[in-house]
Order: sequence, then structure tokens, then C-alpha cells
Amino acid sequence: MPDATFLDSTELVLNMGPQHPSTHGVLRVILKLDGEKVLGTDCVIGYLHRGVEKIAENRTYTQFNPYVDRMDYVAAISNGLGYCLAVEKMLNAEAPPRAQAVRVILTELNRIASHLLWLGTHALDIGAVTPLFYCLREREEALKIFENYCGARLTTHAFRIGGLQYEIYEGFEREVKAFCKMFGPRVDEYEELLTNNRIWVNRLKGVGVLPADECKEYGVTGPVLRAAGVKWDLRKAQPYSGYEKYDFEIPTRENGDTYDRYVVRMEEMRQSARIMEQAVEGIPEGPIMGKVGKVIKPPVGEAYVSIEAPKGELGYYVVSDGSTQPYRVRVRPPSFVNLQALDRMVRGGLIADVVAVIGTLDIVLGEVDR
Amino acid sequence: MPDEQKPEGSEGPKPPAPVAKPAAPKAPPPPKPPAVMMATPWESDLARDLQERFGPRVTATSTYLGQNFVVTTPDGAIPVLEYLKLEADFDYLVDITAVDWPKRAERFDLVYIAYSFARNERVRIKTAIAAGFQPQTAVDVHLTANWLEREVFDMFGIEFAGHPDMRRILMPEEWEGFPLRKDYSIIQQDQRWVQENLGIESGQ
Repeated sequence: MPDATFLDSTELVLNMGPQHPSTHGVLRVILKLDGEKVLGTDCVIGYLHRGVEKIAENRTYTQFNPYVDRMDYVAAISNGLGYCLAVEKMLNAEAPPRAQAVRVILTELNRIASHLLWLGTHALDIGAVTPLFYCLREREEALKIFENYCGARLTTHAFRIGGLQYEIYEGFEREVKAFCKMFGPRVDEYEELLTNNRIWVNRLKGVGVLPADECKEYGVTGPVLRAAGVKWDLRKAQPYSGYEKYDFEIPTRENGDTYDRYVVRMEEMRQSARIMEQAVEGIPEGPIMGKVGKVIKPPVGEAYVSIEAPKGELGYYVVSDGSTQPYRVRVRPPSFVNLQALDRMVRGGLIADVVAVIGTLDIVLGEVDR
Repeated sequence: MPDEQKPEGSEGPKPPAPVAKPAAPKAPPPPKPPAVMMATPWESDLARDLQERFGPRVTATSTYLGQNFVVTTPDGAIPVLEYLKLEADFDYLVDITAVDWPKRAERFDLVYIAYSFARNERVRIKTAIAAGFQPQTAVDVHLTANWLEREVFDMFGIEFAGHPDMRRILMPEEWEGFPLRKDYSIIQQDQRWVQENLGIESGQ
């Protein structure tokens, strides 16, 4: 054995981000490395902190509604749905059936748009450039429907407390049906590119494993939890907005690795299209706004309402002091909580897998930092 | 200006009398929070169980809008959380957060939300703590509490005793002040930090 050189004792601290294309925004991860092996990480977050919860306390309930779109901006409609449901809960009101059906269609469409962006960028991070173009092609179709409905593509502000502001436009049902019809075969196309691709499989299988008990310990929800074999989805467990009326499966897998999370999300997209197909058939007639009054003024009290956002459990804990402004709005962000498990998932693995794990967690920094 | 109503209203001197907020709708209660939540007692095996087991440490078990919550003394929150996890299957800690009530003697409400996959049930644990009090950390019970408590510390300045890594998480580490406290105005900022680190006079 030769004498030890400086190459033998290499414990290296490496800074990844905040300006790194694979961190999906401004996430900074400080990595402690031994060669290629990750010994530990420290996430530095907050670069996008805008004080959303503070803003809420200084706006009326209605005025705060558009701000929630800016948290998870690739799934703005889910954010809006969660907030509207929370305030409706405090008012003890409910959106009318017609509004609920439209809400479900748009929210599921948004889930597909969010998962498509995840798939494209995740594949890009791993080195497969092609899927991104296909994913953005279909996402464009979804965004067009949003644009036709409310004029915005990303930060949509599609829902109002109590229902919807806009009636659906002429041709909405036709466009949604066309999307559903087109979408299934398109998912087959992505799967053809990736599912049995040897490079893809080798880069993902057994990487970033998070078993079910640790998911619960870390509070990790959404596709990450389901890929570990826990059949739990808030749309089934505690249905809201009429989800109990639709027939759909909760896809699960057993291994809890990056590949399984890929499979789960792919299947979720198909299921979302299935829900949309059912919801768009016979949207009930009737009003689109419930009886909530012009001035939103919930009685003194508090409520926690959560929904199954594309990333996991998105919760709103709202406290009212009886005035027109919320006394406190706490957002329970799935991205923030899921990101905490990053350290556990990459520790002991290779540095190249850090990129895969950040991708598979599907975080949006706008929601992590709020 | 809706912007400044609240901060100004809550900035005044320490509470000598319950002049408080414009809490018109209710009859004037003692210095408590402006009006009272119309919660009803929570009748269930679990609620009785908690009351028997923890005695005076559980001060109320209530329900509001169909959502159950347990009010505990400051030293009761973590034992209740641990009991719920180990004995009642509440194995998922959803969230930890705080609410600031500057006019109250116990200034902060600390709120834990726990969920049970097996029972498909959610329960909140609430405890009122005074400013400066250091509640025990929940990290030993649920690992997820780590970042959640760091955020509570960051935003409210509540330090958790026994937390392994009590640093700010969203705000810069050298930042002065705790933004989600009610006496922190929405346009307030750490002028010194902004000038030193951003090289500008003011962020406004």
C-alpha cells in the first residue's frame, strides 16, 4: 500500500444551487461528499419567501384569494381550491353542484399539467431530453383550456369563495372531452420512451428509497407516500368537492424508490383523465355561486381543510376573529414537508442521484418558501 | 388603507384594559381573545381516554365545525402527541404552527395537527404559551417536526427546548425580528440587513 495522499482523505463540501438547473428553482443544497458518496446535506431555502401568510392577515378573504396561486404556481388551481374550501368551511357554506363539477374538471386538468411538467423536467434532469417536448405539447392543450376559461394560463384565480366567478364557455365540454380522448394514447407515448428504457430504469430503480414507515415519520404525502405502498389519497379518504361521485383508482407501488414514484404519477395522470371524463358528462345545471354574501365575514373560529394537491396534502389552517380579514392563515405546504426527507433519501447514495431525488420529490420552490 | 389597519391596531401599548379590537358582534368578555369560538364538547372514547389519562393537563376536548381539538397545558402537548402516536395510531404529524394573540397573557397559541391513517381522523392539539416560554420539541416524537418547528421559530420567535437544529429556515439567519408576530407591520423590514446585504437604501 502506498502512503496516504491527499486524495484518500477527501471530505468535500460542495455547494449546489441556488442557481442550478436541476434544483427546479432556487433551492440551495450544501452537500458533504466523500468522493462521489453523499455523507449529508443541508437545504438552504427561503430565496422565494414572500410572506404569503403575513399578506393574508392584511387582506380581506376575497383579496387574498389570488395570492395562493403564487405558491405552487404550476398547480395554481389546486391552491385556489384548497383556500376556497377552507373559507367555505368556516362560513359553513358549500359550492353548488355545478360549480363543484367544474372545479373537479379544472383541478384534475391542473394535476395533469403539473405532472406533465414534472415528467418533462425530471426526464431532462436524468438525461432524456425528448419527453420534455411531448409533455409541454400536451400541457399546452391544458393551459389553453385554462386560458379560455378564465383568461390566465398559470396563475389562474379560477375559483371564488362560494363557487365560480365565470360560467363555463361555449365549447368547454367539447374541448375537455377532446383532451381526455387524446391524452391516454399520449401517456402511452411517454411510457414507450421511458418505462422500459434501460438507462431510465437503471438510473431510477433503487434510488432515493423512502419506505412507508419513514414517509409517515417525515410527514411525506402524495405520490411519494403512495409509491411506498400506502393507499392513501385525500380525494378518497376525506372526499371534498364531490370526488366521492367519481370512479377512480389510487395507484400504488411497493418499493418506494424513484422508479415507483414515476410509475405512480404516470398512472395518476390516466386516473385524472378518467375523473374528468366522468365529470364532464352531464355537468349539473344550476347556479355557480353558493350563498356566501358579498362580504366574506366568517364567525370567530378556526378550521383546517386540506386537499390532495399534485404534490401531496395541501392544507389551510384559517383562524377568524370575526372580521373581514383572516386573523391567521397557515398553509401546510406539501413541497416544504416533502423536501425535508431529501437528506434521508440521498444520504449514502451517489451525488448524481441527488438530482434524481430532487426531481422525484416534485417540489416547487414557490410553495416551499411561500 | 386595509394594509395598515391591523398592524396599527395591535401595535399600541401593552394591554391595560380590554379596549382591544373592534369586536362588536359579541358581548364584551373578559380580556380573552376578542370573541369566542362556538365550540362544543367533543364526546368520544378518545376524548374521554385523554382526559382520564392526562387529568388536569388536558383542559378541554372540543369540536368546532366537525373538527376535534384538544386543549392542553404547555407541558401536556408533547405527552398527548406521543400518546396519540403510540396508543391511538395518530402516526402522521400534519403540521405545527402558532397564532399570535398579543393582548393575551399567554401570547401564543401553539397548534399541532395529527392524523391517523388507520382511523382516517384528524385531531388538533392546542396549547397557549407565554412569550419567552420554551416549549418542548416534538422532534423526538415525529421527525417531521424538525423543519416545522424551525419555521415557527423563524416566524414567531418561539424557541423549542431540545430541538437539534434551532435555526431560522425561511428568513436570512441574521434577520432581526419575527415577521408573523402581530406587532410586526407588513411593511416593516430589517433595514440594516437590507442595506448591508442588498446594497440598497430600502426594500420599499
